Amino acid sequence: MKKIAKQVVFYSALLVLWTLLAKLHIWPPYLFPPPWGVGHALWDGFADHSFWIGIAVTMKRMLIGYSLSIVIGLILGLAISSNKFLEETLSGLLVSLQSLPSICWIPLAVLWFGLTEKAILFVVLMGSLLSVTIAMEDGRKQMPKIYGMAGRNLGASGFRLFWSVLLPASLPFIVNGMKQGWAFAWRSLIQAEMIFLSLGLGQLLMMGRDLSDMNQVMAVMIVIIILGFAVDGLIFRNLERRLQLKYGLTT
Amino acid sequence: MIGPASGRASLHHGKPYSPVTTVPRRPPADVIVPKVALDSISLSYKTTSGERLLALDNISLEVKAGEFLCIVGPSGCGKSTLLHLIAGLHPQTSGNVFVDGTPVNGPGTDRILIFQELGLFPWLTVGGNIEFGMKMKNIGKAEREEKVQYYLRLVHLSKFRDSYIHQLSGGMRQRVALARALATDPDVLLMDEPFAALDAQTRDLLHDELERIWAETGRTIIFVTHNVREAVRLGDRVALLTFRPGQVKQEFPVNLPRPRHMEQPDVARTAGTILDCLRTEINKSLEAEYADEKNR
Repeated sequence: MKKIAKQVVFYSALLVLWTLLAKLHIWPPYLFPPPWGVGHALWDGFADHSFWIGIAVTMKRMLIGYSLSIVIGLILGLAISSNKFLEETLSGLLVSLQSLPSICWIPLAVLWFGLTEKAILFVVLMGSLLSVTIAMEDGRKQMPKIYGMAGRNLGASGFRLFWSVLLPASLPFIVNGMKQGWAFAWRSLIQAEMIFLSLGLGQLLMMGRDLSDMNQVMAVMIVIIILGFAVDGLIFRNLERRLQLKYGLTT
Repeated sequence: MIGPASGRASLHHGKPYSPVTTVPRRPPADVIVPKVALDSISLSYKTTSGERLLALDNISLEVKAGEFLCIVGPSGCGKSTLLHLIAGLHPQTSGNVFVDGTPVNGPGTDRILIFQELGLFPWLTVGGNIEFGMKMKNIGKAEREEKVQYYLRLVHLSKFRDSYIHQLSGGMRQRVALARALATDPDVLLMDEPFAALDAQTRDLLHDELERIWAETGRTIIFVTHNVREAVRLGDRVALLTFRPGQVKQEFPVNLPRPRHMEQPDVARTAGTILDCLRTEINKSLEAEYADEKNR
């Protein structure tokens, strides 16, 4: 309760400061828009559905690309953690690839797939795949060995052993990597959309720039921040907390 | 040597019978086939320093159907490892494990091991844990439901069906592990020091329950413990393993009437006899431990 009060005070102060600075007219409004201008742009954007469409397109790409990266990453991580050869070779390559910002995949993606939806998905996939793979690999290593043995002992093997035992047993260890993967994928997607100009929030942002409409630029930025924050704060943090409670990791 | 007309070859449909592969020694047909038979089991492994360590040396044991065998030995004698071998979770270096005369090749739900650390699944409820093995066996939902209820009642946990494992006490977790093992309908229960971490009262209660369940279900039980009195309290027979490498030093039949109790004088007396025999092994294990420390 106290924390919320502090936050209300903080954000109100921020808003007041912004209003004052705008009122002082130090910079022209087309460079430094007032809060109400941005508010208006937000309202207009949602009223003419362009923001809704942008959000829908962006989230759709995000869901497809991210889900793909989860599936491939889990399989890849499982393969690496259960094969000594892969662990000693591929694992190092993946870690080194992770130092490459995923936006660097764009030239390659464009040459391979052209300016298409596939290219965007590829960039999103590369954004989060490595994090998920490495997290799965780590999770398998950190997971207590007893669960795998107990599962085999009770008659689980092959895919069912993975799905009903190894995956849930390593989930508390993977969820952090999944969160990180989401954050990387989110950044890569917005970046890709700004370059590809094919709908989505990234394009709305670039459109604002092209029209020199600072109100729209800041409005879209706010939408991106809120969306990213909501997924991270509401979905992942919640998931983590519930996992910890269920697994008895916190008391 | 073995032609196509040989009776043995005709048993192997599809795969041609190869005389080169070592045929596991089977007991002769006129003898009653033991439920579990260990035939000269040995296990050695490489330690981190690179030397080969013989953990189990030429162990042969037979367990009759419905028998309660306890295995005692000093810590480090490979008791737990032996159970892992019987469960098929780990391959032995040489020798064979037979169940009903058939060599064991990997894990199977005819033998369920209750681990020392239990290995209950924290992401499943008590009911979910008990159901797990049956799900893996593709048993239908109605039958699973019926059995979950039955085993929950058997271990007196019906009220805790929807609880998660971390919400239970140590003794309750033991009972969940027991119910989970029994629910897969194994012929043989392998128990690895299951009550070692419990307080004395809970342990006594679980001894009574285990004895009752054993009598009700007629399962064969191989029970590993370092507590000789516990072994005498529960077992029809106690096998004593030596310290590294583990060998069967001696077997003691326990012919005391049931139900028994840990504090009974005749239980204590029998345990005393076994303990005398065990003491030399414990001393060896202690010596080895101190020697390790000196070397450091």
